[in-house]
Amino acid sequence: MSRFALMLHRELRLALRQGSDSLMVVAFFVLAVVLFPFGVGPEPNVLERVAAGVLWVNALLASMLSLDRLYQGDYEDGSLELLVLAPAPLELLVAAKVAAHWLTTGLPLLLAAPLLAILMHMNPEGFLVLELSLLLGTPALSLIGSVGAALVLGARRGGVLLSLLILPLYVPILIFGAGAIDAALHGFPANSHLVILAALLLGALPLGLFASSAALRQATE
Amino acid sequence: MQNFANPGRFLRLAEALIPWFAWATAILIAVGLYLGLVASPADYQQGESVRIMYVHVPSAWMGLFAYTSMAVASGVALVWKHPLADLAAKATAPVGAAFTFLCLFSGSLWGKPMWGTWWVWDARLTSMLILLFLYLGYMALVDAFDDPTRGAKAAAILALVGWVNVPIIKFSVDWWNTLHQPASVSRAGMPTVDKAMLIPLLLMVVGFTTYYVTVLLLRIKSEILASRIRNLRLMQVHGSGE
Repeated sequence: MSRFALMLHRELRLALRQGSDSLMVVAFFVLAVVLFPFGVGPEPNVLERVAAGVLWVNALLASMLSLDRLYQGDYEDGSLELLVLAPAPLELLVAAKVAAHWLTTGLPLLLAAPLLAILMHMNPEGFLVLELSLLLGTPALSLIGSVGAALVLGARRGGVLLSLLILPLYVPILIFGAGAIDAALHGFPANSHLVILAALLLGALPLGLFASSAALRQATE
Repeated sequence: MQNFANPGRFLRLAEALIPWFAWATAILIAVGLYLGLVASPADYQQGESVRIMYVHVPSAWMGLFAYTSMAVASGVALVWKHPLADLAAKATAPVGAAFTFLCLFSGSLWGKPMWGTWWVWDARLTSMLILLFLYLGYMALVDAFDDPTRGAKAAAILALVGWVNVPIIKFSVDWWNTLHQPASVSRAGMPTVDKAMLIPLLLMVVGFTTYYVTVLLLRIKSEILASRIRNLRLMQVHGSGE
């Protein structure tokens, strides 16, 4: 556990010292959502109808755009090879890196989401479910994204490739995340959606850590 | 299985098998198409357009079957480092993607007379579309590295992750579709298929499968030959330098 904590501490310190990265993720999220009223028109009922989907799709894209930071720097300066050789399970170190990624990108999205929900005229009944669905969904996005980020290390055109690899795998989380909010807004219980989101998170945890570690090992061979 | 890790032995076996599979493909598809397009009855509801089924259903089956074969080959390549398994997985991807595309295309052609539109966000069409994206991602990753063995390994991991995800994606798309079911579209479901339709359908399914095996053997063969040519060229360059 102390290795996990050390790694988490290192990652968080790096992220905070390098400064504006997590702010930029939030800025992207806000800007991308604000573009929608320009595209579909400012009528409150139209915005209200699409709010849940717009918020979720943009949170997903914002989380994806920050993935290259997860391993790329360590890969380029060689510290990734040391991490793979370190006398600790690689899965544990990956878990710490993913946790740090979520704390610096997923958590800020959670804080910005209610504000944007107000801008999108979402009914306040949906706010609690919006937060809960993001709380369960964004860690799963980070875990799945970690696999993609590890796979494209050293590839040409890594950024575009990354989106092609992981966006199809994000579909279930998007469906249940946006579905939970829609259910709550239409007066249905959102529990079943949230429970499935939690199940997806629990499934992504071992699979994501295992597959990311396998990908990191073959990237540093 | 390890016996065929020797490319020379594999090539001899492939040479012997390819004509058999090629002829089986030609005969099965010819008979299947005749029975399906000419000899079988039209559907009492859908009329003649039901005949699209004889291409649509086998290509859907092949899209899924090829993805599973790709995942199995990737697993074999990762666990046993079998040299031909990498080639088999890599050779399968474009074939599977083509079948998936054919399934979507024929589904769209079928949808126009039946549902009055080229595309509906039907659960099955949508999951096939995502499967196509999974294939495209795999093919892009294989080609993205300067070192082909790196690409093959990374893509093998992706294929396995994708394979675990396919049932989850299918389930969630089904769920999503039942929640957002458009009122105008009613699927008649698949009632028990009559024998006159089932036999050509099965013939086409087997014919498509043997076609896949033929193309797979040909593609692995040409990959092996291409790497031999590469090695010969390198030896030539190396030799002329001396």
